[in-house]
Amino acid sequence: MPQVLLSRIAMARSGDKGEGSNVGVIARSDAAYRFLRDHLTAEVVQRHMAGINRGGVVRYEADNLRVLNFLLEDSLGGGGSASLKTDAQGKTHGLALLRLKLDVPEDVLESTVEGTVEGAVGEGAEA
Amino acid sequence: MKDTVRIANGQGFWGDSILGPIRLLREGPIDYLTLDYLAEVTMSIMQKQKSRDPSKGYATDFVRLIDRILPDLQRTGTRVVANAGGVNPKACMQAVLEVCRRHGASGVQVAIVEGDDILEKLDDLLAAGETFTNMDTGEPLSSVRDRVTSANVYLGAFPIAEALDRGAQIVITGRGTDPGLVIGPMIHEFGWKADDHDLLAAGTVAGHIVECGAQCTGGNYTDWRTIPDLAMIGYPIIEMAPEGTFVITKHPGTGGRVDQRTVTHQLAYEMGDPAAYITPDVVADFTSARLEENGRDRLRIHGVRGLPPTPTYKVSMSYSDGWKAVGQLTISGPDALEKARLCSEIVWQRLAYDGFEYAPEERLVEFLGANVCHAGIEIPGMGTPSEIVLRMGVRGPDRAAVDRFGSELVPLVTSGPPGVTGFAGGRPKATEIIGYWPALMSKERVSTRVTVTES
Repeated sequence: MPQVLLSRIAMARSGDKGEGSNVGVIARSDAAYRFLRDHLTAEVVQRHMAGINRGGVVRYEADNLRVLNFLLEDSLGGGGSASLKTDAQGKTHGLALLRLKLDVPEDVLESTVEGTVEGAVGEGAEA
Repeated sequence: MKDTVRIANGQGFWGDSILGPIRLLREGPIDYLTLDYLAEVTMSIMQKQKSRDPSKGYATDFVRLIDRILPDLQRTGTRVVANAGGVNPKACMQAVLEVCRRHGASGVQVAIVEGDDILEKLDDLLAAGETFTNMDTGEPLSSVRDRVTSANVYLGAFPIAEALDRGAQIVITGRGTDPGLVIGPMIHEFGWKADDHDLLAAGTVAGHIVECGAQCTGGNYTDWRTIPDLAMIGYPIIEMAPEGTFVITKHPGTGGRVDQRTVTHQLAYEMGDPAAYITPDVVADFTSARLEENGRDRLRIHGVRGLPPTPTYKVSMSYSDGWKAVGQLTISGPDALEKARLCSEIVWQRLAYDGFEYAPEERLVEFLGANVCHAGIEIPGMGTPSEIVLRMGVRGPDRAAVDRFGSELVPLVTSGPPGVTGFAGGRPKATEIIGYWPALMSKERVSTRVTVTES
């Protein structure tokens, strides 16, 4: 199975949520979403983000949006304005998660187009 | 009743580009322009301004914007809904009326929504049985009560609709939910009722999508190279229909892109449990929304379901939580990272000599350029940085100790290793930390008030 970065099959956005942050992972295709729902668990995310997040990780699913939503419970170095960190709002946590290396089956990769070309809209939807 | 109403959001946060609202008014038709100015920290800053000067405590940026766009508003008839009132909506309204007078614009109806500010009533509410227990930590309010600097309820959309029903062209609110700014016009236009849960949920989803401005039209987007003309990015417009289906779009010819991917990015922003997005008016189920692309830069959304609202309002309080100072220096190569590490150790050692030590959780060192943002994650191909920004900070309850730290950073320029520069801005000073205290309170104990005044 080829090893790829999560960014090959998903996009992400993150932001602050109290003393933690949320990372919404948006699968690029239905096949990618099915694969990630099984393999991108809260434990996997917790391990990958351990240098950023000191707390637990909770996962929610939104099948209609192909989104897995992760709450990193203690990732900002304090809530409100207490943080001393540069990224006190978790703006970069989505890109941090997209650096995760994953072994992804060929068929998932084949049916998942990376959206690097203007006009590639919706191609990942795989009918 | 209109077939659709066009509601645009021109301001995602206090400090967003003024070009958002200006271009929304000039480059195509809109019925409503909404503007968001408030964050948790903002309310505390505004309370401080108001305590020094009773005519302050609102978003003065908004008044400057009205000064600039009033002719456009009069030409197009566009109505404005903004939470620019902060902790002093009345003073904000007076300032807007003054702008109208200066422009010779008579007959402009300006409304304010009040009732969100409960700071003065806090002790009465505690006596009446409200506990204001911290929603995140479970701590009782008594642990910070004497340090509370602002307390506001997140109001819903119905008072905004009332202001519009009464003819207001400009509606100024204090604290409310961000989606409420766009739902108010929908309630006003279509006569939605408090038990129209699916309709209010649809408005909530629409409001969440546009509340951060250009973050749903291609800003902050993973595949950023695919987004055309970010410089002239268009701000979002909702085309809402009476039955709760809507299209997210932007003016033709503007930069950016609206499609399933850009909008889904924003749907995932600041998301908690997607099946239960709680507002004062409804509990919206984001997992019920159906998205379909409907032409260039048009995304149609339908099928949104909602559940009845909870019996409580969310309360946002801020309190004084100590002091912090952060400063930075730039350290050039060779050996930038090694020298930056030495510099940080020197600072702590000199402070310790003078009797100032900071606990590990009260201090921070960052070597910017050596993977701070993605700490602990391997970055393939990352070589040795040719220069480093050394960023150091401390925090704590003792202002003097925090200030003392600030005076040991700049001396490294002459008493550290070579190549230390970038000390512009001088010595970092202690600034107050504003703590955030989220709580709930019974809706019955909050009353709202709408006042309309004509210029």
